[in-house]
Amino acid sequence: MSTATRRSKDAVATALIAAVAASILGIVLVILGDIFWKGTKAISWEFLTQPPVQGMTAGGIFPAIFGTVSITLLMVLMALPLGVLAAIYMVEYAGSGSVARLIRAAVNNLAGVPSIVFGLFGLGFFVLFVGRNLDRLTGKDLFFGQPAMLWAAATLAVLVLPVIIVSTAEALTGVPRSYREAAFALGATRWQVVRGVVLPQAWSGILTGAILSVSRGAGETAPILFTGCAYYLPRLPLAYLPVPLLGVRIPMLNPFDQFMELSYHIFVMATQSHDTTLTRPIQYGTTLVLVALTFSLNLAAIVLRARLARREVRE
Amino acid sequence: MRLASRFPPRAAPASPSPPAAEARLGRDDRAAETGKPPRSKHARLLRARRRGWRAAGEWLLERFLFLNGVAAILVIALIFLFLFRETAAALRQIPLASWWGATEADFDGNPVYVHLWQPNGDRPKYSLLPLVLGSLLVAVPAVLIAGSIGLATGIYLAEIAGPRIRGLVKPVIELLAGIPTIVIGFFCLATLATLLQNATHTQFRLNAMVGAIGVSFVIIPVVASLVDDSLRAVPVYLREAAYAMGATRWETISRVVLPAAVSGVTAALLLGMGRALGETMIVLLATGNAAQVTLNPFVSVRTMTATIAAELGSVPKNGPWYEALFLVGGVLFTITFLLNLLAEIVIHRMRRRLAL
Repeated sequence: MSTATRRSKDAVATALIAAVAASILGIVLVILGDIFWKGTKAISWEFLTQPPVQGMTAGGIFPAIFGTVSITLLMVLMALPLGVLAAIYMVEYAGSGSVARLIRAAVNNLAGVPSIVFGLFGLGFFVLFVGRNLDRLTGKDLFFGQPAMLWAAATLAVLVLPVIIVSTAEALTGVPRSYREAAFALGATRWQVVRGVVLPQAWSGILTGAILSVSRGAGETAPILFTGCAYYLPRLPLAYLPVPLLGVRIPMLNPFDQFMELSYHIFVMATQSHDTTLTRPIQYGTTLVLVALTFSLNLAAIVLRARLARREVRE
Repeated sequence: MRLASRFPPRAAPASPSPPAAEARLGRDDRAAETGKPPRSKHARLLRARRRGWRAAGEWLLERFLFLNGVAAILVIALIFLFLFRETAAALRQIPLASWWGATEADFDGNPVYVHLWQPNGDRPKYSLLPLVLGSLLVAVPAVLIAGSIGLATGIYLAEIAGPRIRGLVKPVIELLAGIPTIVIGFFCLATLATLLQNATHTQFRLNAMVGAIGVSFVIIPVVASLVDDSLRAVPVYLREAAYAMGATRWETISRVVLPAAVSGVTAALLLGMGRALGETMIVLLATGNAAQVTLNPFVSVRTMTATIAAELGSVPKNGPWYEALFLVGGVLFTITFLLNLLAEIVIHRMRRRLAL
């Protein structure tokens, strides 16, 4: 083969690969452009702040936004402490012991489990097993043993637990060993080393993982299909806690209520609405809100990581 | 343990020490210096007790963290246990042969053997064949599409793009990976399906191919970043040797780098396959959800994941139908678990080979 043919072959192959790689940009632009273009037409102040009306063919999606935010908050409250502490144990205490190996293996395997399997687990374990047994123990007829925000949040928490453990572990192992050795040499105890040296260094990495897990949880639909989502629930999932002397009632999130959720709202509006063509603008509007929510979270994570990387370079 | 307690207290210096040395002295030494009596038995006891509290606190903290680790393992182990318990219950309740097919009378009353998923009739049928075929009809084209695009992107990122272009392309891939699957599913249902039908004139607007293209959007980022990683793990000297012998860049990529990273690429495709089989919302929205035995990717199909998602909400709990859905989940779980395991073994092997 002459050098000229080899050169031209090289040029063609390179151009082809670059073109295919560029097609990803095209895919992203088409999907986001389509949703942005058609979604902005539906967005208005009323759309964001009002509940749906007229058999969900008009009105807004405020209960769904509220539900999404509250369920992800609940999920983070459950998953973050457990995940971060487990990762600290795994990296700082267990080293390469059998517990650390078990956590690592379990996390690796859990990461590949389809999200619908979490939905199965959430319904079968949290709602039917834990919930129904709580009902039996407390003598209630049917209170715990039905789909509720608590169970949906717990299911999502199990789903994002590996994400949090992996990212925390990465952040912790990223702290140079020499820092720890220096602290130990000064006579610090293990916990003093973790709290005073490792955590301050790993803090933004842990936060990045937490944000990414929130974004993942906010976008998931399959795990919450059967564990707490409501097709239509105009009131917010709140309970009012009376304050004895003041005569006011403080609104609180009621974890035993059902809730509306953005991704589930898209699903039901697109497949089970009375007239899916009529509600198309609402579907696009809801999708745009969900995308905006998850993207602002992802963006925050990316910015945080970029700042982290810059700091590492400076050091 | 505190450093000061490990060493015996230093003897008081005869003359006043220079300031620099004084700064390094412990509390006891300063006490000695100011003429007070050396530490009493009482003080030593106090200190020992303080050390004891601290050690106890450390011990408690370590136990607490250990418990968190164990809790994480338990939570995860619970899923496996629970799924297998329910799957076993399904296997007990429904005879093994019905998972493959069942005999049914046709219109003339002649018995025919059919592969049907009809769990809600008065003679329920639980053949998994249409569901498994449906899953494969979505996953295989999806992996073919995402495999080629993802492989090319991985090669581009690792071998061709400079650091600046790389810094631009990587976030785009992360952007794609960050789109919630329900959004991609909705895009397929509302826009892509119509585009595709206008282009190919298929009978069904929603079919396996629409789902496959949608699912490929989800696994392109997975394949691209794994291929990128495994290509970058190939030692630089291999490339340098190829260039030194006068190879062009494409020859280096295709004959040196790719063969060296073949296990990483295989692992990427295996993991992509696992993701494709497990994807739920996209196929639920975009494939038409008709369970049928077919090998044509342009007809409506129903995957295992979509079956669970569509039916679990309405089935009577603890009946055979409910258990059957858990078995579908168990099968799905086993397949994805094996794919992930295989990918891990392949990656492990690659690491060992490249480490020589």
